[in-house]
Amino acid sequence: MDVRSQISMVFHLDKCLGCHTCSIACKNLWTDRKGTEYMWWNNVETKPGTGYPTCWEDQQKYQGGWEKNGKLKLRSTGKAKIVANIFHNPHMPSMDDYYEPWTYDYQNLFNAPEGPDQPIARPVSKVTGEYIEIESGPNWDDDLGGSPLYARNDPNLEGLSEAERQQLFAIERLVFFYFPRICNHCLNPACVAACPSGALYKRGEDGIVLVDQKRCRAWRACVAACPYKKVFYNWFTGKSEKCILCFPRVETGQAPACFHSCVGRIRYLGVLLYDAERIEEAANAAGNELIDAQRSLILDPFDPEVIRAAERKGLPESTIEAAQKSPVYQFVKVWKIALPPHLEFRTLPMLFYVPPMSPVLANRQNDVLDHASTDLFHDIEEARVPMKFLGNLLGVGNETKLRYALRKQKAVRWYRRAITVGDVDLQTAQKMLREADCTAEEAEGIFRMTALCPAEERFVIPPSHREQAAEMFGDVMDRKQGTGFGFLSAPRRGL
Amino acid sequence: MTTILQYLDPLLFAVLPYVALFTFFLMTIQRYRAATFTYSSLSSQFLENRRHFWGMVPFHYGILLVLTGHVLGLLIPDRILAWNSHPLRLYTLEITGLALGLLALVGLVSLLLRRIGTSNVRVVTSPADWILHALLLLQVGSGVYLAVFHPWGSSWYAAAAAPYLWSIVKLQPQLGFISAAPLAVKLHVTGAFLLVALFPFTRLVHILVVPNPYLWRKPQVVRWYR
Ligand code: HEM
Ligand code: HEM
Ligand code: SF4
Repeated sequence: MDVRSQISMVFHLDKCLGCHTCSIACKNLWTDRKGTEYMWWNNVETKPGTGYPTCWEDQQKYQGGWEKNGKLKLRSTGKAKIVANIFHNPHMPSMDDYYEPWTYDYQNLFNAPEGPDQPIARPVSKVTGEYIEIESGPNWDDDLGGSPLYARNDPNLEGLSEAERQQLFAIERLVFFYFPRICNHCLNPACVAACPSGALYKRGEDGIVLVDQKRCRAWRACVAACPYKKVFYNWFTGKSEKCILCFPRVETGQAPACFHSCVGRIRYLGVLLYDAERIEEAANAAGNELIDAQRSLILDPFDPEVIRAAERKGLPESTIEAAQKSPVYQFVKVWKIALPPHLEFRTLPMLFYVPPMSPVLANRQNDVLDHASTDLFHDIEEARVPMKFLGNLLGVGNETKLRYALRKQKAVRWYRRAITVGDVDLQTAQKMLREADCTAEEAEGIFRMTALCPAEERFVIPPSHREQAAEMFGDVMDRKQGTGFGFLSAPRRGL
Repeated sequence: MTTILQYLDPLLFAVLPYVALFTFFLMTIQRYRAATFTYSSLSSQFLENRRHFWGMVPFHYGILLVLTGHVLGLLIPDRILAWNSHPLRLYTLEITGLALGLLALVGLVSLLLRRIGTSNVRVVTSPADWILHALLLLQVGSGVYLAVFHPWGSSWYAAAAAPYLWSIVKLQPQLGFISAAPLAVKLHVTGAFLLVALFPFTRLVHILVVPNPYLWRKPQVVRWYR
């Protein structure tokens, strides 16, 4: 057993209101520089929808992630393919797949000569400074749940029956939900494995995946390899950049900016202990066993044997303690209601999603809207978002795990309804809990973490022990009265 | 006038090589140490992805193989001459060389047109890029000219140019061959030294950081601070 610790995440989709506050927090903090204008390390997509970059989930188009024929192989450029393809990466997305960033010519509002029309602020490209016609943006299909151009091109619709599609797109039943995304800080990251320079790496202590800006040489293999398209190419500095999980904040005990600012409080951060020895085995599991295989990597932080192994490996006590209090551990391993996105890409993402309960199904009779089901919170099988769709997104194409997660969430709602409002029968609620494989204690836990979710329980951040990192630099006194650690020169573009 | 020309040859072929080599070593090391961040191929594929293929791929395949040929001629001139003693083999080598040179030329010209013609790419083109592209055009152009109009290049390169280059390495420059050489040869050789001299001030430094260890490292990279 090779115990390692990973800072992992849960996003509770049922609570996401699609306000994009997270994206803005991130943009203001990290990607407001030249060359990064188009980057959204955190973005919020409408599902069904095509997302950002357009149709990123379609690996026929982007060739991201791993492919399993016997051994795992990168779909884009692994060792064999990079030699011939380093000059031109055949799977590199270009700006057209994202969008051309722009601002507006606001000066024209003030300076325009007097004329018969109101002056307007024309859009100006942030790359060339020329006037452009805006054709798409990072969030172009926001809220366009039923649109033929966007929603209907969602790769997750694959395998849905005509009836299920109708159900998704029928005007009065039209449904969508939000899907916020950041880098998943995977256990088997495709970006790291693809980087010829070894510039991308996973931090041993907390599993954050980073790009070493001084080692990156713009071979851009990472951009093509990441199936989530969460490594971005800075066209100005000639370096790749990605979500850093706000490590400077995490190291000082603060939640990442997107977590901290989240209005819906949908985001949870905590430590998972995992067995690094078995990563390859898990990533290699058969498609229908992938979810269990990944879960089996996650170790029980209360198990004395795990604790001993962790101590032997030199994990600080504070990390083990944090793992025991980790909300992510509860969601993923104990309650099993949080699932990884597109695990079939086999990067073993460490960001998990609690699937959303759809709104109550309604139908219209004689111009009166009526609930289709008298069942409180309706039956999950009749949910407006077809189970198959969620299965494609979060269940490796399979619905079993989603049914389990949704049934449990529904039972918890019934149970809490019985307790707080009392208009449903407690016995029935308890029966539902049993059927959903949920104890009353568990239900209380889920309720507390979902509805109350105090900040200190949502974010359990272990001390990073950066004092040890400081020691790595040699004599700490060397740095006394210096400006800090690391390099502080401006990221000047090469000649 | 004659005095200038008199000094020009030693200047270009005995002094310039050392200035170039000195600058090359000093400045690449200095740049690597002081500004590692600037070592990058500065890819522009993200900004323009279609013409990119038609320039980047032929240019690199062409230039890399041609330069390999140049290096082989320098290292094993006798074998090249022995190979060339048979006309059929000589023609094969020359035609291959010319074809690769043309490949590089076509690639380079399309890269230049791409740079000039795409407003996105023009934004990320520095003065150093313009100079480098012009110099490379001169170099590849003059190389192809040599291959066509001064036969048989592969033979006289091995027989005469290689000894001249070695004389520079041995710090005893022998200008006999180069002084008597036609103008095109002088141009090509001067261009080569200029490229070496300007190397550290351009994106050419990406050649020095070609990531060969990738081929034998483990796929995943984990860094610990302990
Ligand atoms: C194995 C060796 C080499 C590798 C792996 C390599 C790789 C690259 C890469 C990845 C780019 C950026 C392409 C892009 O814009 O996406 C590039 C650009 C370039 N390389 Fe190389 N290169 C190599 C050797 C050379 C050599 C020997 C030369 C010239 C003597 C050269 C000259 C250039 C030039 C001029 C550009 C810029 C082209 C443009 O954008 O117009 N490279 N190279
Ligand atoms: C002092 C150094 C150099 C010498 C003496 C030299 C000499 C020659 C000769 C004799 C040829 C004719 C070969 C033939 O007939 O096939 C040639 C061709 C060529 N050279 Fe150079 N060269 C030098 C440096 C360079 C450099 C630095 C470059 C490019 C960056 C370059 C690019 C070419 C090309 C593209 C061709 C045409 C292709 C071919 O015929 O192989 N040369 N060079
Ligand atoms: S999502 Fe995974 S593959 Fe993509 S950048 Fe993050 S760690 Fe790398």
